[in-house]
Amino acid sequence: MPDFDLDCRNLVKRFGTFTAVDDVSFSIPRGAFFSILGPSGCGKTTLLRMLAGFAAPDQGDILIKGASVLRVPPNKRPVNLVFQHLALFPMMSVTENIAYGLKRRGQRRAEITRAVGEVLERVGLPDAGPKRIDQLSGGQKQRIAIARAMVLDPAVLLLDEPLGALDLKLREHMKIELKQLQAEFGTTFVYITHDQSEALVMSDTVAVMNAGRFEQVGTPEELYYRPATAFVAGFVGDANRLQGRVKAVGDGRTAVTTESGLELIAGPPSGPVRTGTAVELFLRPEAIACGGAPDGAGNRLKARVEDVLFNGAQSRILARLPSGDSIEALLPQTGAAASLKRGAPVTLGVAPEALVLFPK
Amino acid sequence: MTASRLTLWLLFAPFLAWVLLLVVIPHIDLLILSLREKVAPRVYETGFRNYADFITSSVYPWTLFRTVAFSLVTTAVTFVIGFPVAFYIAKVARGRRRAALFLLCLLPFWVSEIVRVFGWMMILRETGLLSGFLQWAHVTSGPVEFLYNDAAIMIGLVYTSMLFMIVPLISTIDGLDDALIEAGYDLGGNGVTVMTRIVIPYAMPGIMAGSIVVFMLSLGNYLTPTLLGGKNGQWFTAQIYNQFITRFNWELGSAFGFILLITSTLVVWLLLRLSGQSLSNTLGR
Repeated sequence: MPDFDLDCRNLVKRFGTFTAVDDVSFSIPRGAFFSILGPSGCGKTTLLRMLAGFAAPDQGDILIKGASVLRVPPNKRPVNLVFQHLALFPMMSVTENIAYGLKRRGQRRAEITRAVGEVLERVGLPDAGPKRIDQLSGGQKQRIAIARAMVLDPAVLLLDEPLGALDLKLREHMKIELKQLQAEFGTTFVYITHDQSEALVMSDTVAVMNAGRFEQVGTPEELYYRPATAFVAGFVGDANRLQGRVKAVGDGRTAVTTESGLELIAGPPSGPVRTGTAVELFLRPEAIACGGAPDGAGNRLKARVEDVLFNGAQSRILARLPSGDSIEALLPQTGAAASLKRGAPVTLGVAPEALVLFPK
Repeated sequence: MTASRLTLWLLFAPFLAWVLLLVVIPHIDLLILSLREKVAPRVYETGFRNYADFITSSVYPWTLFRTVAFSLVTTAVTFVIGFPVAFYIAKVARGRRRAALFLLCLLPFWVSEIVRVFGWMMILRETGLLSGFLQWAHVTSGPVEFLYNDAAIMIGLVYTSMLFMIVPLISTIDGLDDALIEAGYDLGGNGVTVMTRIVIPYAMPGIMAGSIVVFMLSLGNYLTPTLLGGKNGQWFTAQIYNQFITRFNWELGSAFGFILLITSTLVVWLLLRLSGQSLSNTLGR
C-alpha cells in the first residue's frame, strides 16, 4: 500500500440545500504537489477549509498520515494553510511572524532562533528577519508566508490561491519558485487555484473540480490530452467548440455532422454514442495545421483568414469556414505564416484524433 | 492672495478663531494669572508661590493623585467592559443586529450628561431603586445608601465614557482581517493566545485612542464626581472650582488648572511610551 499523507473519503459539505462539496474522495501520496483546479464557486475553498479544520464535513472522513483528524481542531492539526491574502501579522516583524507557531508549541528560545534562521535561509531571505511586513515586496511576502507555515514542518501544506494577488510577471516567476520550494522541502502541497496554468505548471497531479465534484484527477498531460469530460476539455487549455450529431460510428473513428452542416471525422468518442447522438467537439488551436495537409485520412477544411491575433509565440488566426463556423488556429512559426494575411484563403488540416468528442 | 488661498483661509477661519479664542488666549491668561503672587491688596508680584503652595499643601497633591488614579482605573474598567462588546459588534454580529447593538451603545448619549447622572442617582440613592429592591428581596432590613462613595463615582464615569472606548475599538477591530485570526489558530494558537498575540496588538492603536479620550474625559469631568461623590468626591476639578468660585483665589485656581494640564499630558505621554504607540497613529486614524 502506498504511503498516503492525505486521504479524503466521500467528503460531503452542505450549506442549507446547497451542496458545496459532493462526495469527493482522493488520496495524495507523500511529497506530491496536488492541485485542485476549478472555477470560482466550485467548492474548492470549502474543501480546503475542511482540510484545515475551519469547517466540518457533513459526511466522510479525512485521514492525515493514516489517522482521522475529524475531531482535531485546526490548531492541533498537522496541516498548515497559506492564506489567499497570506494573512501575515502586520504588527509583528518577519522573525516574530515565523516564530509565532514555534512559540505556541513552547519551544525553547535558542531552538526557535535557529529554526527561524534556517527557514529564512531556505526561502532565500536570510536577512529579512528584522523587517516589518510592509517593508517586503509581494514576492517576499509570499515566501515569508510559506516559511511561516513550513517552519512547523506540517504533514501537508495547504495553499489557497496565494498567487492571486500578484501581478502577472511576478506570478509567472513565483510559479517556478513555488515548485522549487516544494521540491526542496519535500512536503505534500495541496494547492487551490482557478488558474489552469498555475495548476498545470506546478502540479504532479491535478483534480479538476466543478459543482462540488471532481470531474477528473490526473497528471497535467492527461488532463490536457485526454480530458475525461466535456467540462475538463473546455476548462483546461483553450479549445474550439463545435456542436453536432453522430452520423456514423466506425473503427476508432466517428463521423459527425455539425449543426452548421460541416462533415467531420473525429477520434473515438469518450462515452457511449450511437448514430444520432448529440455531441460536443473540442479542437485545440495548436492541433490545427494551417495550410499544411495532414497525413492520411484527416479533415481538410477550406477557410478564409478573418483576422490575425498577434501574441508572439502564441499568435493565432481566426479562420471563417464556408459553413459559418469560426475556428482559432495557432499561427505556424515558419515562413508559411507570412502568407496568412487577413482575407487570404487557408486550408486547415485536422487529424481525427485532435477532435475530442463528448456526448451531451 | 489668490482666490484659492482666500477660500482656504475662510474655511480655516472658524477653526482658527475657536482655537485662538477658546484655547490659546485663555491659557495664556491662566498662565499669567497663575504666576501672580498677591503681596498686599491690589499689589502683585511675579513668582511661583502658587505652585509652591500646591506642592507643600497636605490636601491638593493627594486630591490630584486620587483623581489621576481613579481616572486610570476608570479607563481600565471601561476597556475591560468595552472590548468584548466592541469585538462582538465588529466581528460576530452581522447586519441589522450589528446596527441595533451599535445604536444601543449610542442611545444614552441622546440625553445630556446631567440627566444620565440623575438617572444613576435615582438608582443608587437611599430611597432609590437598588435600595428598594434589596429591601423587597429581604437582603437588607433597612434602606442602604449607595451614593456618595468612590464606587458610585466609578460607575458614573465608566457609564459616561463607555461610548468613547467602544467606537475607536470597533473601527480598529473591524479592520482586522478574519484570515489573521484563522492564521493564528492554524499556526497552533488557542483562544487566549490569538486574543493576546493577534487581536489586542492589532487593536492597540484603537485601544490607546479610546483610553486617551476616556482618561481625559474622566480627569476633566466635574459633574459626575460632584453629583455622585458628594463631599467625599474630592475630584481635582472640584478643587479648581472651589478656588475660582468659593475662595475667589483665581491665582491658585489658575495654577491648579495648569498643574492638571501638565499632569494629564505627562500621563498620556507615559501611556503612549509604555504601549509603544505614537499620538499620530492612535488619534490620527
